[in-house]
Amino acid sequence: MEEHKPHIVEYLTNIYVWIALAVLTVITIWVSEFDLKLLTVAVALGVASIKATLVLMYFMHLRFDSKILTFMVLITMIVFLSLIVFTFIDYSYRA
Amino acid sequence: MTNTLKHTDFYDNEGKPAWKAWLTTTDHKRIGLLYFYSLTVFFLVGVLLGLMMRFELISPGKDLVEAQTYNGLFTLHGVIMIFLFVIPGIPAVFGNLTLPLLLGARDVAFPKLNLLSWYLYIGGAVLALSTLLVGDGPPDTGWTFYAPYSVKTGTNVSMAVLAAFILGFSSILTGLNFLTTIHRMRCHGMTWFRMPLFAWALYATSWIQLLATPVVGITLLMIVVERWLGIGLFDPVLGGDPVLYQHLFWIYSHPAVYIMILPGMGVISEIIPTFSRRRIFGYKAIAYASLAIAFIGYFVWGHHMFTSGMSGPARIIFSILTFLVAIPSAIKVFNWLATMYNGSIDHKPPMLYALGFIFLFLVGGLSGLVVGALATDVHLHDTYFVVGHFHYVMFGGTGFAFFAALHYWFPKIFGKMYNLKHATRAFWLLFTGFNILYFPMLVVGIMGMPRRYYDYLPQFQVPNVISTIGSWITTAGLIYMIVVIVKGIRHGEKASSNPWNGLTLDWQTDSPPTKENFDAIPTVTERPYEYK
Repeated sequence: MEEHKPHIVEYLTNIYVWIALAVLTVITIWVSEFDLKLLTVAVALGVASIKATLVLMYFMHLRFDSKILTFMVLITMIVFLSLIVFTFIDYSYRA
Repeated sequence: MTNTLKHTDFYDNEGKPAWKAWLTTTDHKRIGLLYFYSLTVFFLVGVLLGLMMRFELISPGKDLVEAQTYNGLFTLHGVIMIFLFVIPGIPAVFGNLTLPLLLGARDVAFPKLNLLSWYLYIGGAVLALSTLLVGDGPPDTGWTFYAPYSVKTGTNVSMAVLAAFILGFSSILTGLNFLTTIHRMRCHGMTWFRMPLFAWALYATSWIQLLATPVVGITLLMIVVERWLGIGLFDPVLGGDPVLYQHLFWIYSHPAVYIMILPGMGVISEIIPTFSRRRIFGYKAIAYASLAIAFIGYFVWGHHMFTSGMSGPARIIFSILTFLVAIPSAIKVFNWLATMYNGSIDHKPPMLYALGFIFLFLVGGLSGLVVGALATDVHLHDTYFVVGHFHYVMFGGTGFAFFAALHYWFPKIFGKMYNLKHATRAFWLLFTGFNILYFPMLVVGIMGMPRRYYDYLPQFQVPNVISTIGSWITTAGLIYMIVVIVKGIRHGEKASSNPWNGLTLDWQTDSPPTKENFDAIPTVTERPYEYK
């Protein structure tokens, strides 16, 4: 039912994304030097999520494809995030 | 897409030897039948194990088997029924048989992947049943494989867990196939809201299969890693956390309950309007309710762990969320009842099974609210009440929906008709036996009898005797039904292409359908249940 429109991403865009990913990797390593206590996992997952989003949007062409695919990935991410949050509600409040 | 095709039904082997034509087929209908026959065999093995358990429980003390054998019996009964029958059940059999027909497509999106799913299913099944014959005996952990016991027991847990892992792959591939089929292969004019409700139910189910199954896959592998390499993940002695196992297991296994029941609800949504001769009440509400059940179903897993040492706030949140999932379930039930209101109801066997589903699912659903509430769950957790509730939902719900689907699509699949009078009698025997078998479990559970115990106190004997007699009546009903179906397949009268006067596309093609389903791809111009 749905038509697929091919899209070519420019080399320059890919290079920008690649640089952004490298910078975010450096940030991940740099942040690990600090003791952020409860926020340690949240920061690490936050940076990793930004990187994953970049890969999905540009390298996997989600940005240029049908919006319903973006919606599906978003739902998946929300479900995944919720599973982590609900599990940690147990661990955070355990006596 | 209006090309005309050769007019042979899908049973034609086209000159190939029968075994080769069937084992290498990529036709969705044949793959559906491969699943059907395999599932039936495993279902009967599960029934046999269940019968042995019930016989053992006819009186306190030893009656038939030793305690350790009993532990193996309930574990294998659970593993076989859950992983080999109820989870794949309706999607693998009736999803495969009918989804492309309902959508006006020639096949599923990935026919070869579809066949691979069946081979993975058979591989996992063989591995699961092998635990009976090799190593140190069948696992004795229950189908939940709770750690740390599953890490420590000397029985054949690793093999059973690997079997479940492989079966999970089969489930994921089927889900992926159906999702793509529904997105990409609907015929001309079939918008989302002109799609039959069984397809909507399969769509919601496929999302759960795709997103939740990997979680249990990795969790079960973690058990194997802990058993083989001694890495402390769940065993407190090694620094692990047993409650983490329960979280990870139920993150999949509660949504899996909706993998089991949602397709059943889809089947009922097909049958009720057809046999009431009425347009379905609240089409969009039922479609959205399927998605809502699938979505909310992800966030209720903690209700299996109210007594496991989970934190107070988590227990309260999970209890509230559990009650939320009752809302879309109730929407469906009320809409089915509203559809029947003022309808011209025809009590043919598919409709009887559909009505049986509604009644039994109602008992299962309402007893679920009792264990979903924190206070009452403390009393009822791990008692026979849970076993009764679970069987009302899974057997009374999914099982009866499976039988409803079988009686509904039988003439379409086999091109013949079973004996309606005998099928009706078999239904009543099965329905009566079912309630005699499982209702006493609710009672004896409230009295305090724990589940998964080989022995029990004398005051629990009367309900247990009634339940065991119920198991014999249920088995008699099942045998009667199977005889009717087999006789129908072998000697049934030729059925017309649309014996129930259905309006969905599956009834607008031949019975049995041609290899390519339709001579020409149809065009849809209205919703599927526009009965005048």
